[in-house]
Amino acid sequence: MSGADNVVWLGTPAFPEAARAALADTRLRANLRRATGTIRDRRLAVAAELEDWEELRETAATIKRRTLRHLDHHLLRLEKAVTAAGGVVHWASDAVDANRIVTALVKATGGGDIENHEVVKVKSMATQEIGLNEALADAGIRAYETDLAELIVQLGGDRPSHILVPAIHRGRSEIREIFRREMGEWGRPAPEDLTDDPRDLAEAARLHLREKFLRAKVAVSGANFAAADTGTVAVVESEGNGRMCLTLPETLITVMGIEKVLPSFADLDVFLQLLPRSSTGERMNPYTSLWTGVTEGDGPRNFHLVLLDNGRTATLADEVGRQALACIRCSACLNVCPVYERTGGHAYGSVYPGPIGAVLTPQLVGVENAASLPFASTLCGACYDACPVKINIPEVLVHLRAEAVEAKRRDRLLPTSEGLAMKAAGAVLGSPRRLAAVQRLAAVGARLVARDGRIGALPGPFARWSGTRDTPVPTRESLRAWWRRTRPPRSEDSSTTAQGEERR
Amino acid sequence: MRIALFITCFNDTMFPRTGRAVTELLERLGHTVEFPQGQTCCGQMHFNTGYRPETLPMVRRFAEVFAGYDAVVAPSGSCAGMVRDHHRVVAAQYGDAALAEAVQQVVPTVYELSELLVDVLGVTDVGAHFPHRVTYHPTCHSLRMLRVGDRPLRLLRAVKGIDLVELPDAESCCGFGGTFALKNADVSNAMLADKMRHVQDTGAEILSAGDNSCLTHIGGGLSRLRTGVGTMHLAEILASTEGDVR
Repeated sequence: MSGADNVVWLGTPAFPEAARAALADTRLRANLRRATGTIRDRRLAVAAELEDWEELRETAATIKRRTLRHLDHHLLRLEKAVTAAGGVVHWASDAVDANRIVTALVKATGGGDIENHEVVKVKSMATQEIGLNEALADAGIRAYETDLAELIVQLGGDRPSHILVPAIHRGRSEIREIFRREMGEWGRPAPEDLTDDPRDLAEAARLHLREKFLRAKVAVSGANFAAADTGTVAVVESEGNGRMCLTLPETLITVMGIEKVLPSFADLDVFLQLLPRSSTGERMNPYTSLWTGVTEGDGPRNFHLVLLDNGRTATLADEVGRQALACIRCSACLNVCPVYERTGGHAYGSVYPGPIGAVLTPQLVGVENAASLPFASTLCGACYDACPVKINIPEVLVHLRAEAVEAKRRDRLLPTSEGLAMKAAGAVLGSPRRLAAVQRLAAVGARLVARDGRIGALPGPFARWSGTRDTPVPTRESLRAWWRRTRPPRSEDSSTTAQGEERR
Repeated sequence: MRIALFITCFNDTMFPRTGRAVTELLERLGHTVEFPQGQTCCGQMHFNTGYRPETLPMVRRFAEVFAGYDAVVAPSGSCAGMVRDHHRVVAAQYGDAALAEAVQQVVPTVYELSELLVDVLGVTDVGAHFPHRVTYHPTCHSLRMLRVGDRPLRLLRAVKGIDLVELPDAESCCGFGGTFALKNADVSNAMLADKMRHVQDTGAEILSAGDNSCLTHIGGGLSRLRTGVGTMHLAEILASTEGDVR
């Protein structure tokens, strides 16, 4: 299994097709609209409370840029600090590598007394990215997701659809059904009289998970940040289930993308203000766990930090695209994106959905393997405005579009029909004379198909446009023609030379 | 001022009345408007669809044709945004030092219409008269690439006789996005449906914007549904005077 297989979900259709299916699901659209709308409003309100919000964003962006420029240096510092604090650092170049390391660690430290090895997990996109749960299952190890939303996704045999709220596409009644049907298969069953009241659902999850927290010898976590100077790793979460994972088991294995490192512990000051406000619209997230190696008599006795590359170094090499690595996984861009709001996360066919997914995924797996994603945006720019670390997502989108087009050109002997159309359009738009000729032709042609001054359904590629929209008829006289007719050029400022193309 | 009109290829072909309105308006304000016949296109369609090298001839042409004016005005936020944000990128990536220099010279003179009026010419009341109920859609590129802010609304508020009504959820994208409307037609339609609902909720007779491309998309939908709501570029409203039938 390669990294690309996990970051992108093989078999998912390209974005336009997957989006069509999502759009047809009216319940999904209603759930998404309500959820993203609520978080969006809350985010704006709490961001406005901080007078220095824009300065914080700028500082965060600067720290991230600086760190990425010297990533190797900071990672080596982190390794040194973690090791000095009694942790063990592992370097994983790709998904296969990372899964092999984690599987071996679980087998070595999980305790021989358990017939079937098991681990508890606190949500980690990095382990989704590498397909860790599946790799563990292949090795006879069961991984239990303990974040409530992740639990819902796992029990439902589903995939996450939002960075922060992985089960955002599910309604309460669906969750009740999943709990009643599946919990018994994985452990303590849901109570017979379970309702779809959120408190009831949370209580069922609490009881179901508690026995796992108390039994598991090994936990696997992700990391939001790691400070290179102290070797401190940080996880922020809302439920406290993460804290259970981070403190109860004997062994803690953290899988962290190499881009999560920060130069110093003091940098957390900036990010712990930005992240909760940008993600959940809260001033402070309920649980912030920080740990540095191991401490005698407190918490896990073994700590392993797996530093995951899996396409990140290649991404770093791209001067425009690398800014995507600054992402702190807050999901603010998803919640403001009009495309995400209507299609949901599954349409992106990747662990990383929404605008950030559309720029991160193609870079991690190679743009030719996710070529529809950079085009899954109107370039409206709402994501850039919302991003707490100022990732210029529209800039990276158009950058990757150029790479997608180039990749297609390399792979094909003949140009695509789009390529031919663009070439033809380029020839017309390269010359005012040709443009004027096409304008005259268009005016005549359009008049032939128009009715009541409007053009209705059109054939070919334009059917997708004209299915729902009328098109105005190009006027008989373009502006340039009108200008020439009504305002003959004065000899000193313009000339109508044979080409008629130059001002002077 | 000696102002060059960059009409944009789309307006030139489809909406010449917008260019005529810009001309009338600026001349009414006492300025000289010129139309360099060598102009074609800003290259946005090619650039945004990933055909970046193909953009170079258009960038080159733009820098040549529009050199030396006091100001260049474009009645399109997205084309002005393309020139301002991306011509330098194309010149640096594929052009030569001379082109980079030429682009560097011309870019600061390029304005979207509301910027030119408010920031450069210093007017908000352009002496227009337009006795109709109007709502305004702030197109994404005007809003977030150019940051024109409330300049168009300040101009509209000063129009005599106008009944300007606020568009709900105004800042959300209409779903046009250039080739997005073809490549992701279903999502585009879903976004259009919401935008049209908001427009109809206002009870406006006219939807206005600073970009005819977005207006073609929204207006095309409104026309197909036979809503009776018309679309009009900001320039046409600002050019209207008492007695005009617009």
